[in-house]
Amino acid sequence: MKYYAYYPGCSAEATGAGLGVSALAIAKPLDMELIELEDWTCCGTTAYGSLDESEAIVVAARNLALAEKTGLHLVTPCSNCFLTLSKANERLKEQPKLMAQVNEALAVANLEYHGSVRVRHLTEVLVKDIGLEVISTKVKRPLNGLKVAPYYGCQLVRPDYGFDDPEFPHSLDRLVESFGATVVPFPLKSHCCGGSLIISEEDLALDLMRKLLANAVGNGAECIVTPCPLCQTNLDAYRGRVNSKFKTNYDLPVLFVTQLMGVAFGIDGKDLGLKTNIVPAGKVLANYI
Amino acid sequence: MERRIGVYVCHCGSNIAGTVDVEKVTEFAKGLDSVVVARNYKYVCSDPGQNLIKEDIKQLGLNRVVVASCSPLMHEPTFRRACLDAGLNPYLFEMANIREHCSWVHEDSAMATEKAKALVSAAVRRVYYHEPLETKEVPFNSNVLVVGGGIAGIQAALEIADSQHQVYLVERDPSIGGHMAMFDKTFPTLDCAACILTPKMTTVGQHPYIRLMSYSEVEDVSGYIGNFKVKIKRKARYVDEAKCTGCGRCEELCPINVLSEFEHGIGKRKAIYKPFAQAVPNKVVIDPQNCSHLKGLKGGKDVCRLCQKGMEKKGIPGCEAGAIDFGQEDKTVEVEVGSIIVATGFQQFDPSVMYPYGYGRYDNVITGLQFERMSNASGPTRGEVLLADGRKPESIAILHCVGSRDENYHRYCSRVCCMYSLKYSHLLREKVPQASVYQLYIDMRCPGSGYEEFYERLQEEGVNFVRGRAGEVTNIAEKPEEEGKLMVVCEDTLVRRKRRIPVDMVILSCALEPRADAERVARIFSLGRKADGFFMEKHPKLDPVATMTDGVFIVGCCQGPKDIPDTVAQASAAAARALAMISTGKVEIEAAIAVVNEELCSGCKTCVPLCPYSAISFDEEKKVSRINEALCKGCGTCVAACPSGAITGRHFTTEQIVAEIEGLLV
Repeated sequence: MKYYAYYPGCSAEATGAGLGVSALAIAKPLDMELIELEDWTCCGTTAYGSLDESEAIVVAARNLALAEKTGLHLVTPCSNCFLTLSKANERLKEQPKLMAQVNEALAVANLEYHGSVRVRHLTEVLVKDIGLEVISTKVKRPLNGLKVAPYYGCQLVRPDYGFDDPEFPHSLDRLVESFGATVVPFPLKSHCCGGSLIISEEDLALDLMRKLLANAVGNGAECIVTPCPLCQTNLDAYRGRVNSKFKTNYDLPVLFVTQLMGVAFGIDGKDLGLKTNIVPAGKVLANYI
Repeated sequence: MERRIGVYVCHCGSNIAGTVDVEKVTEFAKGLDSVVVARNYKYVCSDPGQNLIKEDIKQLGLNRVVVASCSPLMHEPTFRRACLDAGLNPYLFEMANIREHCSWVHEDSAMATEKAKALVSAAVRRVYYHEPLETKEVPFNSNVLVVGGGIAGIQAALEIADSQHQVYLVERDPSIGGHMAMFDKTFPTLDCAACILTPKMTTVGQHPYIRLMSYSEVEDVSGYIGNFKVKIKRKARYVDEAKCTGCGRCEELCPINVLSEFEHGIGKRKAIYKPFAQAVPNKVVIDPQNCSHLKGLKGGKDVCRLCQKGMEKKGIPGCEAGAIDFGQEDKTVEVEVGSIIVATGFQQFDPSVMYPYGYGRYDNVITGLQFERMSNASGPTRGEVLLADGRKPESIAILHCVGSRDENYHRYCSRVCCMYSLKYSHLLREKVPQASVYQLYIDMRCPGSGYEEFYERLQEEGVNFVRGRAGEVTNIAEKPEEEGKLMVVCEDTLVRRKRRIPVDMVILSCALEPRADAERVARIFSLGRKADGFFMEKHPKLDPVATMTDGVFIVGCCQGPKDIPDTVAQASAAAARALAMISTGKVEIEAAIAVVNEELCSGCKTCVPLCPYSAISFDEEKKVSRINEALCKGCGTCVAACPSGAITGRHFTTEQIVAEIEGLLV
């Protein structure tokens, strides 16, 4: 059994509920214990950091200090939380002055951070700690014939964490293949989905999504798979607006990689939160459920 | 014997005197044990400064000298020579570095002065224990080994051979010529590369003083400056070089087609082949990986042999010279040389690792060297610029800095890419005049004779210069007019706008990088490597072709990216250095080396494998270690490691070092 401090992040409990549910569901057969970090709070998010970086770092550091007490690696399934927590962690380790300031703030809550936590993305843990070979042995319903476009988004591999190639990542491709599915060529696999620009620059964001959907469909994908709740929400929830704006009819489901893994493991759809996705995946997954 | 020490404190203008109180240091030195005289002077290295020392040696009978000035790397030879001129053994001299180690790095004058005093005190204590040492001379072998047959090696070999000294020119490939033989034209003069190179290649092939060993590799180098022993592997060619006439009949008979290395994958060759028409030597070679007969032999089968037998039924004879020899094996030959010139060149950066540029995914994204071959009249397209489907391109983009100036790959600038990219643009304007040509650059770097003028000429020739590094090459069309095109996505930083430029062909101006086996080659020739991976010169400014291994020189792109004129200049420089050593006929050996006290040596052999210069051998008869005086650099590794304390580093004895430390601490 492998133990990790688990940081779901807000998306995994709200807009991306399927992510949180499925992450916990697949952990069991893989002998991973994801121990939810007690009293975790907001990661600080990229938007906060753009307005006041040091405040955002304090917000992140609160969670890092809590995680440090557990002595475990801090694992999050959310790409955005991963980036924010990693960034804060690196800055704090590199800048003793900043660490002192942050600890002054944390002292109000009787917390202190020493910089020893390792922040990790669930995808990396699955690929590196658990390993593709082990994962493939847990597959009960191989997804033979299912054509998948693995979509990395930006925050999983950029900046370069040393986990995967930042411009041409492949870890997710291999992971999806270990479920028995077929990976289709997807040249835009690490291009931007528009992120939160959908709120402020809707036209721009919709065009970015259109490109991604067109590229996946054009290469024969039956579904898109991503670990990121922002990417998933954009491509899933705004597909309708893309279709009405560009007179297209994209209807491929956008699943969390943990959901697809759960299907391959033979876990019931209810336990994977499949119903929380907007584009129904039932038709595409009919042969495997 | 009574020690009579003279101390000379240098002002070095204001370099030292601006920070260190030289008067105080001089007064301090006067009070030190055995110091007979202490003076300070504006420039001790000047003639009057040196004369001060010489006069004192003669008048005051000094038998030890200390100069407190700059780094010994600068002027130790100067002052040693001054001592020698005045009749004092040069090893009775010691230098205190109060410039680089003191005045230049400290701001507080009082503290710096105290430190200078300590450094002078250390030098005085140390020199007290110095012993006179004698340098030795050994004869210098006039043969020269040149490794690599590109333009650098060719030039160096010819210069030396023309002065009637024997050259062994070793080339790994079946022919000499290197990268230059692949080029179409050369910048900025647009000379045809082959026209200026092949006469030199032919001269090499016929020169009475050059023994050309093509298809061969240096395996081992032992010995030392003036007296190297070199083992060279002559790879089996499966063709008797003495008999082959280079007629090419065998190439016509051979049924096996493979991608040609010389054509960089855009042309084919046979399994028995000559890499290109003007190859030197003009001999074929059989590629054992692809020859059906050689592959069959491993399984005990006798197949094909068309090149040897010909086609009897059709009445076509095989090799009439009887040169084909399937039984040939690798051979090792040994030669003795006095100096070595390493000219092993570079390799082109492989852009397939840069996924966004699509090399390897899109047929019409090609490298610079592929374009050179395409543009070359003797290349696979006979000099026509063609797309993969045989059409002529209507638009072409040239992407600069692929793998250069990029922290993910190479931080350095490859120096020649701006210029060769300009050359490509010119050739494109000439060969496909209706096509639009775009150059995407970070900034144009055109320093060199006639280079800036060439850049201006190209601007007039109607090339589109776009300042911006390309972010991506994609075939995903966003508008109908983009269908079927490659889109070069970039930010045009002059107009501050993101652009998508539709083109038919993309040429990647790839970095020049160290060859993949540079580490192995560096080990063979005891070369250092710089952070960028290229071989390290002895001094980047003042000794750019010598290396830390005496008698071994580096020239051309193995030392760093450079153009043909610079390469040729370096090659000539190294040849001149080798010839200068040959003309003295002997070589002086450093006296500050390690010596074994055979009485104390227990024969444990701890020292033998530790020596980085392979200078220690073991005398099996006497059971003691022996140090080769010519090979030893006096690094002291063995001295520190010897468990019996049997090895002494001359000029770095325990007594001397302890005295120096005590001097610092007083």
